[in-house]
Amino acid sequence: MKKRLIALSILSAVCFLPQAYAAPKTFVYCSEGAPSGFNPQFYTDGTTFDAAGQAIYDRLVQFKPGETSISPALAESWEVSPDGLTYTFKLRKGVKFQTTKDFTPTRDFNADDVLFSFNRQWKADDPYHKVSNGNYEYFTGMSMPDVLNTIEKVDDYTVKFTLKRPEAPMLANLAMDFASILSAEYADAMMKAKTPEKVDTDPVGTGPFQLVAYQKDAMIRYKANENYWEGKPKIDNLVFAITKDNAVRWQKLQAGECHLMPFPNTADLKAMQENKDVAVLSQEGLNVGYFAYNTTKKPFDDVRVRKALNMAINKPAILDAVYQGAGKVAKNPIPPTMWSYNDKVVDDTYDVEGAKKLLAEAGVKDLKTNIWAMPVQRPYNPNAKRMAEMIQADWKAVGVEAEIVSFEWAEYLERSKKGEHDTLLMGWTGDNGDPDNFLAVLLGCDAVKDGSNRAFWCNQEFNDLVQKAKTLSDQGERAKLYEQAQEVFKKEAPWATIAHSVVYEVASKKVSGYKQSPFGLHQFKNVDLAE
Amino acid sequence: MFKFILSKIILLIPTFLGITLAAFLFVRLLPGDPVTILSGERGISPERRAEMIAQLGLDKPVIVQYFTYLKNILQGDFGQSISTHRPVVEEFFERLPATMELAFFAILIAVLIGVPAGIIAAVKRGRWPDHVLMGSALTGYSMPIFWWGLLLIMLFSTTLGWTPVSGRLDIINYYFDPVTGFMTVDAWLSGQEGAVTSALHHLILPSVVLSTIPMAVIARQTRSAMLEVLGEDYIRTAYAKGLPTWRVIGIHALRNAMITVVTVIGLQVGTLMAGAVLTETIFSWPGVGKWMIDAISHRDYPAVQGGLLFISMLVMLVNLIVDLMYGWINPRVRDGK
Repeated sequence: MKKRLIALSILSAVCFLPQAYAAPKTFVYCSEGAPSGFNPQFYTDGTTFDAAGQAIYDRLVQFKPGETSISPALAESWEVSPDGLTYTFKLRKGVKFQTTKDFTPTRDFNADDVLFSFNRQWKADDPYHKVSNGNYEYFTGMSMPDVLNTIEKVDDYTVKFTLKRPEAPMLANLAMDFASILSAEYADAMMKAKTPEKVDTDPVGTGPFQLVAYQKDAMIRYKANENYWEGKPKIDNLVFAITKDNAVRWQKLQAGECHLMPFPNTADLKAMQENKDVAVLSQEGLNVGYFAYNTTKKPFDDVRVRKALNMAINKPAILDAVYQGAGKVAKNPIPPTMWSYNDKVVDDTYDVEGAKKLLAEAGVKDLKTNIWAMPVQRPYNPNAKRMAEMIQADWKAVGVEAEIVSFEWAEYLERSKKGEHDTLLMGWTGDNGDPDNFLAVLLGCDAVKDGSNRAFWCNQEFNDLVQKAKTLSDQGERAKLYEQAQEVFKKEAPWATIAHSVVYEVASKKVSGYKQSPFGLHQFKNVDLAE
Repeated sequence: MFKFILSKIILLIPTFLGITLAAFLFVRLLPGDPVTILSGERGISPERRAEMIAQLGLDKPVIVQYFTYLKNILQGDFGQSISTHRPVVEEFFERLPATMELAFFAILIAVLIGVPAGIIAAVKRGRWPDHVLMGSALTGYSMPIFWWGLLLIMLFSTTLGWTPVSGRLDIINYYFDPVTGFMTVDAWLSGQEGAVTSALHHLILPSVVLSTIPMAVIARQTRSAMLEVLGEDYIRTAYAKGLPTWRVIGIHALRNAMITVVTVIGLQVGTLMAGAVLTETIFSWPGVGKWMIDAISHRDYPAVQGGLLFISMLVMLVNLIVDLMYGWINPRVRDGK
C-alpha cells in the first residue's frame, strides 16, 4: 500500500509539473555554418553577422526588417548638412548593455560607446586597434578610412561625423554589421583586468539576445535580452544548430529538430512546397549572377564580339534549368528591387543568326576559348557548372568552341583576380542596398586594381557617372546618373547579365513574425513560436 | 622491454620532423592564400593585400617561415588560427574529445561485430554464412560514406523517427556547460535526467556509419588470419587431443590470429580519422575532422599545420601502443627473436 502511495505521488508530481510553469520557448535555427567569432567588426561572412551582429548588437541606424530602407536604432534621429559632409546623430537614452559574469554596466549607452566602436577600427593608435590581431576588413572595404575626417562627441547623447568628401551611401554603411556598437565601459574594464580580448570572445551588446554559450561548430545558445530597448523578444531562448549540409538541414526541419533553415537545395524545393508542416519563404535577392568577359584579352576587347556572344546565350533556358525558374533574367548589373534600376534598358536578344553575323563582322572565326565555372553554390548562382555547360552548348551553335574550367574556390578567386580567365561566371550580393555597392565595386576603374572587377573593364564615361553620383546627396539626382551608367554598361557589354535569383528559406508552420532580409541576414527579434 | 620501447620512440623523431615539413609544404602548395579567401568576391587593393600578407608573416621566404615555425613548435607555440585569431592548440583540443568519443564507439562496434563475423566466416568457409558475411563486408567497404550516412538518416531519423538527424544532444531540452568535452560523460556529470540517453542516442547513427569501413576490413582480415592458423599442425593436434571446438578456435587459433587482427585494428585509426571528416560533416559533429576541412578551405595555414601534426602524432601514438601490444601478445617480438 505504501509503495502504491509513493508511486501515485510520483506519478501525480510528474503529471502536474509541466502545468506548474509555462515551458520556455526555444527557437532553433539550423544555421549553414559556424561564426568566425563574436565581434562583427573583424569578419565579412554572413554567418558571423547573423550570430553576432544581428543577435547580440545594434547599430546607430538599422535596415527595416525585410527592407533596404533605413530606420532609427541606437540613434533616434540624425541630420545631414547640405554639403553632405556632416552627419549629426542624436542618440537614444536609456539603452542598457547586457550583464555578463565578468561585467555589470554602471551606465547606459552613450556617445563614448560610438567613439570607441569606430576609433578601434579606424585609428591605429587606439589601444584596442591591435587587440585579437584585428583586421577590420569591412571597415576598410567600405572605404571608411578614406571617407572619415573626424568623429566627435558633442555631448553624451550627440555624435558628429565629418567626412572628407560627400559619400552618399554613408547612412546605409552605418547600418551594416561592421558598424555595430560595442561597450566602451566593458572595454575599459577588460583592459584594466588585462584580458582585453574578452571584448571579442565574450560579447556585450545592446541587442535582442545575449550569448549564453558557444560549443564550437555545434551550437550557439542565447537568451532573450529582458531589457532590450525595443521590448523583450517573444522567444526565451535562441539556439543556432550548426548544420552545414543542406540535405541534413532539411531532414532536421522535418524531424522537428529545428524551426528555420536557410539555403535549401533547389532540387528539394518541390518536396518542401508539398510538405504541409513547413512554409517555403522566398524573397527576390539583392543579387546578380553574371558572366564576365576578360576585356583585356583578344578578341574580348572588341565590343562586337562581346555583344555577339551575349546574343548567343539563351538566358530563359538557363533560368529554367539552373535556377528552377526561381529568379528573373537580368538585363542590368543591379537587381530590379534596387532604386535607380533602369527598366528602359533593352537586353541583347537571343539571336543565333545575328550573333554569327556580328562575329563575322568582327573578323572572328573558329574561336576557341574557355568558360570558368565556380565550384561553389552561391545565392546568386546555384549551379555554375550546369550554367557553363549550357553556355558552352549555346556558343557551339555560333561556331565558338569553349572549354569549361573550374578550380577549387580559393584557387578560382586567386586566378581570376589575376585575370587568367577568358570568360568567367561570378556574382554578387549587395551589402547595403546602395547602387554604388554594385556599380563601383564590380565595374569601377579602381575595382580593376582591387580584383573585384573581373571583366577588367575600365570605361571612363561609366566611371565618371558612378563617381559623380557618389558625391550627391539627392537620391533623385543620383538615380539619373546611375540610369545613364546602366545604359553605357549595356552598350559596352563587359558582362552577360544572367539572372537575379530568388532566395529561399524554409520554416516550420509553428513560426510567426519572421521576415526574410534582402541582404540574406537572419534576424530573430520579432519571431514567435506556437506551442 | 625498456630497450624495445626506447628504440620505437627514437624512431618517432625523424617521422615527426618529416611530418612538420610535409604539413608545412602541403598547405603552401595549395593555390590561393588566406587573404584571397578572406576577400572573396570582393576585391582588395594591392597595398592592403601586402599589408595583410606581412601581418601574417607570409612575406618572408618559405624556408625562413619553416624554421620560424619549427622553432615555435619546439617552444610549444603552434600559432594562431587566421580565421578565429585563437591559439591552434586550443582550437584543436577543444574539438578532439568529440572525435575521440565518436571514434571510440565506432571502433567498439567495428570490433564487436567484425571479429566474430570474421571467425564465423573462417569456420564456415565456403558455406553460406561465409558468403553472406564476406559479401556484406565487401559492400560495407565499398560504400560511399556520405551517401550511406544520408540513407541511414532518411530511414531511421526522418521515416521511422528512431534516431535524431544530427548533433550530439537534444538541444531544445538539455543544456549544460561542457566539462570534459565527452558528451556522454558531461551528460552524466550534469545529473539531468535523460541527458545520457540523449547523448548515446545521438551517437548511434554516426558511429555506425564511421564503423562501416573498419568493420569490413577487420572482418576480412580476421577471416584470412583465422584460415591461415586453422590450417596449422597444432590445430590438428588440438582437435586430435579431443579438445572441444570452442576451445580450439577461441584459444588456440584466435590467440595466434590476434597479431594480425590487432595490427589491422591499429591501422584503422588512420582510416577512422579520414572517415571522421565525412561522418562529422554529415552529422554536424563538431570534431577535428570537420574543423580541418574548414581550415583547408580557408587556407588557415597555422590551423592546417597544427591539425595535421596533432592527428599524425595521435596515429603514431596508437601505432606505438599497437607495437607494444605485439610484445604482450607474442613474446617472440619482445625478445627480438
